[in-house]
Amino acid sequence: MKVTKTTLMASAIAMVAGGAMAEEMTIVSWGGAYSKSQLKAYHEPYSEKSGVTILNDDSSAEAVAKLRAMNEAGNITWDVVDVVAADAIRLCDEGLAMEIDPDTMLAPAPDGTSAADDFGDLLVSECFIPQIVYSTTFGYRTDLVGDTAPTDVCSIFDLDAYPGKRSLEKRPINNMEWALICDGVAKDDVYDVLATPEGQDQALAKLGTIKDNVVWWSAGADTPQLLADGEVIMGSTYNGRLFSVIEEQKQPVAMLWDAQVFDLDGWIIPAGLSEERQKRALDYIMFATDTQRLADQAKWISYGPARASSAPLVGQHAELGIEMAPHMPTDPENAKNTFLYNYEFWADYRDDIDAKFQAWLAQ
Amino acid sequence: MTDATQSGPMLAADGTPLKKSLARSLRRRKLRALALIAPLLLFVLLSFVIPIVSMLFRSVENSIVSETLPLTVIELQHWDAESGELPDEALYAAFTKDMVAAVEAKQHTRLGTRLNYEQTGMSSMFRKSGRQIKRLDVEADAPFKEKLIDIHDGWGDVETWKVIKTHAVPITNGYFLNAVDMRRTPEGAQSQPEDKQILIKLFGRTLFMSLVITGSCILLAYPISYLLANLPMRVSNLLMILVLLPFWTSLLVRTSAWKVMLQQQGVINETLVWLGLVADDARLVIINNQIGTIIAMTHILLPFMVLPMYSVMQTIPETYTRAAKSMGATNWTTFWRIYFPQSIPGIGAGSILVFILSIGYYITPEIVGGTKGVFISNRIAYHISSSLNWGLAAALGTILLAVVLLLYWVYDKIVGIDNVKLG
Repeated sequence: MKVTKTTLMASAIAMVAGGAMAEEMTIVSWGGAYSKSQLKAYHEPYSEKSGVTILNDDSSAEAVAKLRAMNEAGNITWDVVDVVAADAIRLCDEGLAMEIDPDTMLAPAPDGTSAADDFGDLLVSECFIPQIVYSTTFGYRTDLVGDTAPTDVCSIFDLDAYPGKRSLEKRPINNMEWALICDGVAKDDVYDVLATPEGQDQALAKLGTIKDNVVWWSAGADTPQLLADGEVIMGSTYNGRLFSVIEEQKQPVAMLWDAQVFDLDGWIIPAGLSEERQKRALDYIMFATDTQRLADQAKWISYGPARASSAPLVGQHAELGIEMAPHMPTDPENAKNTFLYNYEFWADYRDDIDAKFQAWLAQ
Repeated sequence: MTDATQSGPMLAADGTPLKKSLARSLRRRKLRALALIAPLLLFVLLSFVIPIVSMLFRSVENSIVSETLPLTVIELQHWDAESGELPDEALYAAFTKDMVAAVEAKQHTRLGTRLNYEQTGMSSMFRKSGRQIKRLDVEADAPFKEKLIDIHDGWGDVETWKVIKTHAVPITNGYFLNAVDMRRTPEGAQSQPEDKQILIKLFGRTLFMSLVITGSCILLAYPISYLLANLPMRVSNLLMILVLLPFWTSLLVRTSAWKVMLQQQGVINETLVWLGLVADDARLVIINNQIGTIIAMTHILLPFMVLPMYSVMQTIPETYTRAAKSMGATNWTTFWRIYFPQSIPGIGAGSILVFILSIGYYITPEIVGGTKGVFISNRIAYHISSSLNWGLAAALGTILLAVVLLLYWVYDKIVGIDNVKLG
């Protein structure tokens, strides 16, 4: 478990000041720049307001497996967990996450709009409280793609116009959709086609045309590193990672927003917490997911706030001082052609298609 | 001797028979020894043996179907899967009853996830149907057959019931079959469709690459260990630190460093291009494939080979080689006939260590292995943390354990485990 220095210090001070055990809660997230944005926007103001000490645990990548193991062992040590929507659905399905009533447990928007309406369609599961909208999209090296910069996602498959290596995630999700679109399947039909074995073969065949030129990544930091080193000329990753390569590290990289795939990330509260801990977790959630707090997070990282009412409040980056709105995946200029991660389809087809995809990769 | 002439058994000082007294004191000593190691034994048992056994048990455990749908499973026994006809109303009624209870306990989606491993689509079918079946009254709303098929046409598909029936057994061989690219069907075990076969291939690759890594470790470690064992103490200590230094560095740091070294715009390729040995447009591909994994893992596991070799070579007396040479042996003969046979126990110990460690390696192949250089352990990790198919992960793990034990046994038969020395 990684405990950040600030919280260590805070808890040490709290221990000394209070003499007795201070109130503590463990919040699980992804680590890195993302955890920092949460620390600044949520944890620090919340600790100040309530006196609760927050411990960070960077385990979100294995959250479902670990929560399942904790549940079996009957000892749940986490209070609030940050997960992607697909994991939240699975946790809800397995009865490992608590159901949330948006009307009573979440703060309404400042203008009185109920939380349910403010989050709208993004409440994809009864247990899930959305936080941000992020996207998986492409970045390319401006100096390595020749005179015409790519504007179309299908440039990925165009080896003649853009010779060189590309990086794609080592899993079927997103790649199969992009392959089908670029193989002439209409956007609305993608999942109908992908549900058939022929459609899956078609997608793999399309990916096969560039297979020898693909570096497959499994960690979100891989593509930024490969782009910065010039190992690949274009590659997919999370838009926030590309933002930091472009704006913070000033690398010659640009975004290709076309056919970006939106996904959601947010909180769940594990099922089976004691009443006291559950109350504390809910109090935190009520505070951390209100309109202002979600807008505050966007000062630290280029992910779009999940509430409609937060969007107008997004301002400048806290350290770089640049306007954040144009870097949001949800910005109208960037969101001309988008996909929303199809949770239901992948919940059903993930096992089957992943086995095929891995077998195909190993050929 | 008066004792010898005595007719009764030999007695100890306190009058008990000597045999009994001896046995008692032995037993007491054994108990004391056991008490001394009890904390360790208990610790190993609790933190090692029990978790492993329970994990292995998951590879056959499958009570979820019969526990979630107890009435349905009983009814299914009367249904003939071969008839090609849907089950009768009694089964649908039993199923509705089971599902209402399961939805109440939030067990139905868990079962959907389990069955989705076998048949795509089960996950959403159970989730969606659950919401509507919950509203049905188990008494008043009968008959259910039509209603269920209305809710989701999957309930009107014979295949659905076949899958449930096939996987209703509390102890299943299904996970083990999956682990060897087969599957459990109503007609018995069958192979997976060809485009989904991958696990056998990965097992083979894991064994093959572990052997290659062990071999290259032997080749590299032998001369180093020889040097270490035969140089003066001051120099060899310095060299030893060089061997151990990477050993103390984090595994992730070393693996990431290899990435910087090996990639196409990396240190090795840049140097070769600069020297003119490789053309700029034909840079070597030495990462994200098997070569990358072999290089990085050989480097990481090298100390495990050097250390046992070194400690065995240190014990080989120099007088033997001198004696051989004084009797006219050439340098080669001395090495091959005198020195090498004495160093074999070190090679054996190092090889076992390196081979067994590399068979279970996960993070290095994941980072530098690309698609062709990954091991079976990467698949196990996927099933533990991503697909949550713990039964399959357990079956894969069990097979891997069995393979290692089998190889250990073969090694013992061929080389002999007594020939392994760590120093």
